[in-house]
Amino acid sequence: MARLIVIGNGMAGHRLVDTLTRADTGRAWQVTVIGEEPRPAYDRVALSSYFDGASEDDLLLGDLSDRADQRLAERVRAIDRERRTVTTDAGTTLGYDALVLATGSTPFIPPVPGADLPGCHPYRTIEDLEAITASARGAATGAVIGGGLLGLEAANALRLLGLDTHVVELAGHLMPAQVDQGAGALLARMVADLGVTAHTGTATSAVTAGPDGRASGLDLGDKVLPADVVVFSAGIRPRDDLARRAGLELGPRGGAAVDDACRTSDPHIYAVGECASHDGTVYGLVAPANAMADTAADRLLGGTASFTGADTSTKLKLMGVDVASFGDAHGRSEPGALDVVVNDAASRRYAKLVVSDDATRLLGGVLVGDASAYGTLRALVGRELPGDPLELISPASSGAGAGAAALPEDAQICSCNAVTKGDIGAAIGEGACDVPGLKKATCAGTSCGSCVPMLKTLLADAGVEQSKALCEHFAHSRADLMEIVRATGTTTFSELIARHGTGRGCDVCKPAVASILASLGNGHILAGEQAGLQDTNDHFLANMQRNGTYSVVPRIPGGEITPERLIVIGEVAREFGLYTKITGAQRIDLLGARVEQLPAVWARLVDAGFESGHAYGKALRTVKSCVGSTWCRYGVQDSVTMAIDLELRYRGLRSPHKLKGAVSGCARECAEARGKDFGVIATDKGWNLYVGGNGGFTPRHAELLASDLDSATLVRYLDRFLMYYIRTADRLQRTAAWIESLDGGLERLREVVVDDALGIAADLEADMAAHIDGYADEWRGVLEDPDKLARFVSFANAPDTPDPTISFDTVRDQPVPSAPVPLGMPRPANAAPAATAVEA
Amino acid sequence: MSVLTTQTPAAADAWTAVCPSALLAAERGTAALLPGGEQAAVFRTAAGELYAVSNIDPFTGAAVIARGITGDRAGEPTVASPLLKHVFSLRTGLPLDGEGPGLATYPVRERDGQVEVGTADGTADGTGGGRL
Repeated sequence: MARLIVIGNGMAGHRLVDTLTRADTGRAWQVTVIGEEPRPAYDRVALSSYFDGASEDDLLLGDLSDRADQRLAERVRAIDRERRTVTTDAGTTLGYDALVLATGSTPFIPPVPGADLPGCHPYRTIEDLEAITASARGAATGAVIGGGLLGLEAANALRLLGLDTHVVELAGHLMPAQVDQGAGALLARMVADLGVTAHTGTATSAVTAGPDGRASGLDLGDKVLPADVVVFSAGIRPRDDLARRAGLELGPRGGAAVDDACRTSDPHIYAVGECASHDGTVYGLVAPANAMADTAADRLLGGTASFTGADTSTKLKLMGVDVASFGDAHGRSEPGALDVVVNDAASRRYAKLVVSDDATRLLGGVLVGDASAYGTLRALVGRELPGDPLELISPASSGAGAGAAALPEDAQICSCNAVTKGDIGAAIGEGACDVPGLKKATCAGTSCGSCVPMLKTLLADAGVEQSKALCEHFAHSRADLMEIVRATGTTTFSELIARHGTGRGCDVCKPAVASILASLGNGHILAGEQAGLQDTNDHFLANMQRNGTYSVVPRIPGGEITPERLIVIGEVAREFGLYTKITGAQRIDLLGARVEQLPAVWARLVDAGFESGHAYGKALRTVKSCVGSTWCRYGVQDSVTMAIDLELRYRGLRSPHKLKGAVSGCARECAEARGKDFGVIATDKGWNLYVGGNGGFTPRHAELLASDLDSATLVRYLDRFLMYYIRTADRLQRTAAWIESLDGGLERLREVVVDDALGIAADLEADMAAHIDGYADEWRGVLEDPDKLARFVSFANAPDTPDPTISFDTVRDQPVPSAPVPLGMPRPANAAPAATAVEA
Repeated sequence: MSVLTTQTPAAADAWTAVCPSALLAAERGTAALLPGGEQAAVFRTAAGELYAVSNIDPFTGAAVIARGITGDRAGEPTVASPLLKHVFSLRTGLPLDGEGPGLATYPVRERDGQVEVGTADGTADGTGGGRL
């Protein structure tokens, strides 16, 4: 018989032994379980029921003593992987043929002063519960730090012990891992009904001590919350010290890294449950732990079961409140995922469905108050919706409803601003004919924005046609305007708005038209009337920062720079006192330049051979590269030269949104090219071209457009791709969203770019050739033109007086804007200096 | 409602020269330093009307309004702050995207080929606006 040792006698270890020994009919394994707790395995999930009167025995899991040797109250000190033995603190050394780590996790105790005072407890074991019960004797108040699932269970425990109970949660709402803000808010209201007060968005800075040296309260910064008993439930940390000391590979956030077989980097060692890290994730729920245990058991018996990530759907009753979260409850699994929400605070009911961007597939959801639909909805995750998503969660869904139309007039559409369907209907009746109009009339959709799809539905239901107008001045989309400008040869905004629009424009249509004019090559962007169209960043060829100063980013093509030029950048930064930082795009950002300093800064840079880096524009930013075959022993192509060639080819190219590129010299992809709008990755035959990647708010990986291209073909395809994007994309639409919007998506793009299905390839290439021919450095253009330079002053009537509102502090030896004003807050006229406020 | 009312002083006690008229291009703002350290953002619309408002963006405290994009909303002349894109009426200084602080307004005129901004005695107390 082969020897199996299981370290850890929690739920995961118990499950593994149970599953394995049941299936091991041939008695292949002799199993030994080593657990540090003095009692047999028990149900930690039901821990809270201990306070409801359950006894220790009620919590015990099935007895396995006849199927495995159990060594309880014994702790493994070390694993010797070479000799395949473990040594315990009882001095015993045991040999194994296979080892399973099921050591679980430890509660995370935030490192605040006083966290170790008597009266402070974790919430993890029966011992912890006994200690909490003892502390609660004679106590009046209790507080739980952490408003997650377990934290709320702990709060319920304190409540049942007769304490006035508070929950302190750092995130903006309760149960942030499972539910969204709306559900969290309703949950807070419902636990308040039961006498538990939630303090969300609140950090604990210390546990205060009373005269007896025991915990007496929580210091929340602006107040002290009385708390004779403090329970920590602020998350878990995998117990991976054994794995770490044994030299096993660990996950990015700790835990022994395991593959789909739940095997660690040592083929004789498995890890299951909360001590394991699968694909970078440590699961803190029982369902994934059980699934991992079952997988490892099957593999030990020669099976092929796989653990490929777990469904973290949860449904539970917390203090009598139904809470369920299923699938992707946060809308993070797909770009463009939409929320459909019914929030009825009056009847204590919240339901949200997360659906695909075309509202046809269910991705996940959250239910609070009434989770009766959990079963059916969870079953629908990943599948096509049987009908209108709203109907599925409408309280009055009789099966015959027609979406939003089925909602009662008093149903809240925008829960952030408490706007009902009736309010929306009234606004439409009074003439609101689009989403901005509804926002202005009702404030709906102005906070989290999740109800905007519903606003559109309600507008459509009311028979209001949605326009694709850029703004109130143009009834056209950006692509339409592009076509008009191209076809008519219009060169000024005034001409365009006079013939095709109304009014005098705004901060939406002016920069959009400026970009179109620039993409089609109309000279310097500050020439004549064009200057007044530009966003301030383009207007001053630098990026405005929060205090009104600018950042300066010279172009460093491909990230390659000589020591001499690097020194010039350093000298300029020193001379003008600029904060200096390396950007994520292999260049250098110099921040804090006042508007009147920009020409002098750039005069130095242009002298040294630098050009504008267009960090301020909706334009090509950089083409990043790895060092490639010139230096790298793995490189198969010269990625640096290719990146520089591409960056110089497309520099200054104005586009609907910013454009980024990268070139990697081999498949290891050190340049992170697939995170860019266009990414080029070397193969041993040439180059693979990827398109449509981006970082930012909704990260996307670029997808393969064409493979094994020679350099000339690569450039030709890129010319076509970029120009096609510039011609047809919407304002501020990045390449990923644009490709998605094409009828036929990436496949269609390939037809146009590679197969020239529209017959416009030569035209696109000619446009790009014109751009390349017409390129000139914008900053040189400013420095050579006194009229343009005249704009770079602080005040028309005091051109040499610096803006008196700008001042700097020093942080880590560099200047930073002083006393940052919280964005979005008006500045009080008579704001007392901080020091005075403290004295008062 | 936290919307403040902006008032244009009926008459100014002092006028500050901003720049020669020819240098104030239509639909492009210019900043001017006023006595007492206040700052005005001065604009000329396409129709030739002059407006002056506080240069301080009340949402961020930065002196940037003169660098905003001008335009109109249903005929109302506007400027959009370049920082967080709040849109204000050039005529009244009031915010046009719902509630919030507005911009103080100043009297402005052209005299002897110069653009001038008016202030009441020393400081622009009555104008409130971005300083409230």
